[in-house]
Amino acid sequence: MSGIIAQNSGRHTGLVKASSADGVWNLIKTYTASSDSTLSFVEGTDGVDFTAYDEYVFKFYNIHPETDDTYFQVNFRDGSTAYDATKTTTVFRNYHFEDDSGAALEYETGGDVAQGTGVQYLVQGCGNDNDMCTAGTLTLYDPSNTTFVKHFIARTNTVHASDLTMKWYVGGYCNVTAAIDGVQFSFASGNIDAGTISLYGI
Amino acid sequence: MTGIISDNVGRTSGLVKSAGGGGAWTLIKTLTASSDSALSFVDGTDDVVLDSTYPIYKFVYTNAHPSQQSGDGEEFQFNLSEDTGSSYAVTKTTTFFRGRHTEADASNVAYVTDFDLAQGTGFQTLSANNSGDNDSSNSGEMWLFNPSSTVFVKHFIARSNYMMSAPGCFSPFVAGYGNTTSAVDAVQFKFSAGNIDAGTFKLYGLGDS
Repeated sequence: MSGIIAQNSGRHTGLVKASSADGVWNLIKTYTASSDSTLSFVEGTDGVDFTAYDEYVFKFYNIHPETDDTYFQVNFRDGSTAYDATKTTTVFRNYHFEDDSGAALEYETGGDVAQGTGVQYLVQGCGNDNDMCTAGTLTLYDPSNTTFVKHFIARTNTVHASDLTMKWYVGGYCNVTAAIDGVQFSFASGNIDAGTISLYGI
Repeated sequence: MTGIISDNVGRTSGLVKSAGGGGAWTLIKTLTASSDSALSFVDGTDDVVLDSTYPIYKFVYTNAHPSQQSGDGEEFQFNLSEDTGSSYAVTKTTTFFRGRHTEADASNVAYVTDFDLAQGTGFQTLSANNSGDNDSSNSGEMWLFNPSSTVFVKHFIARSNYMMSAPGCFSPFVAGYGNTTSAVDAVQFKFSAGNIDAGTFKLYGLGDS
């Protein structure tokens, strides 16, 4: 008798849960920002493992910038200590002002990357009024694969500093066959004053 | 003693799994492509469940790679069946738009009339102009809602990212419905020409109770 059966032997109530199975969102790590310049999920640090699952999802919410009207952004590490994986990405956005003065759906050329190594913006104009914040998800597919490029998809909503709701749709790939072993979030200016980012493996 | 504990009394190996509960994605089936002309999930075949067991199903495909690139590249596609895979030709009406950005920095977002369907029975394009480069692939997901309903049409929503032949990044958004009140009981993925050289396809079910 071994494993989960042995762990439950003799129990008439309650249950020791089986280890995580396919199909379950397995929480790997949660970081809570407190005036941090960056939040980084690094292979082998704090239990972060980018090799165990085909699909990883970052959920971020209540992301509050120290600086008003700035970009929330991400970058990827591909073997070195630098977050500089080459990327090609596409971005479009929609927005709507609180006073109904404008709304649109459009491509955002200021947000995409063509074989660049710099950060990928996830959304622009994040406001820093006390109640303003950013939330969204970033899905990263098969980061440990060493044959194919690494696709990612993000959708993010923010309260823009000019009092409008803005949503960004980001898709792209890290154009590398090396494994991705680190993901870093930051603002383009100032610290992440507050917020939570959780990493799940599926 | 009740439930999953009593189910496992006396077992010295193996484990009777607890039933998938509401809110948990249950992995139903994984198919791994290896030069396959198509990959099909058929209810009742090879442990596939695609019936009233779950109200929502999700297909996740990772690194779907075409065996060839002719011209500007192949289309990655799917279709639905209402006769357990004897035919894949459910009538569909769909929309297709995408963001596009080439590695040479040409970009736009656009609706693409070439890839939508208006009461068509052919395969629905999930991505087009796929690159055949060794490191190129598709990754994304498609949700299928309540396929067993015999009252309503069958909605689906897909989002993915892939490398197009330009080369560059395409990020398509596909949505539509199988315009049938028959139950949908099988789903097939393929490229418009050639084989699925590689890739992993997973089918999940999501309970609501």
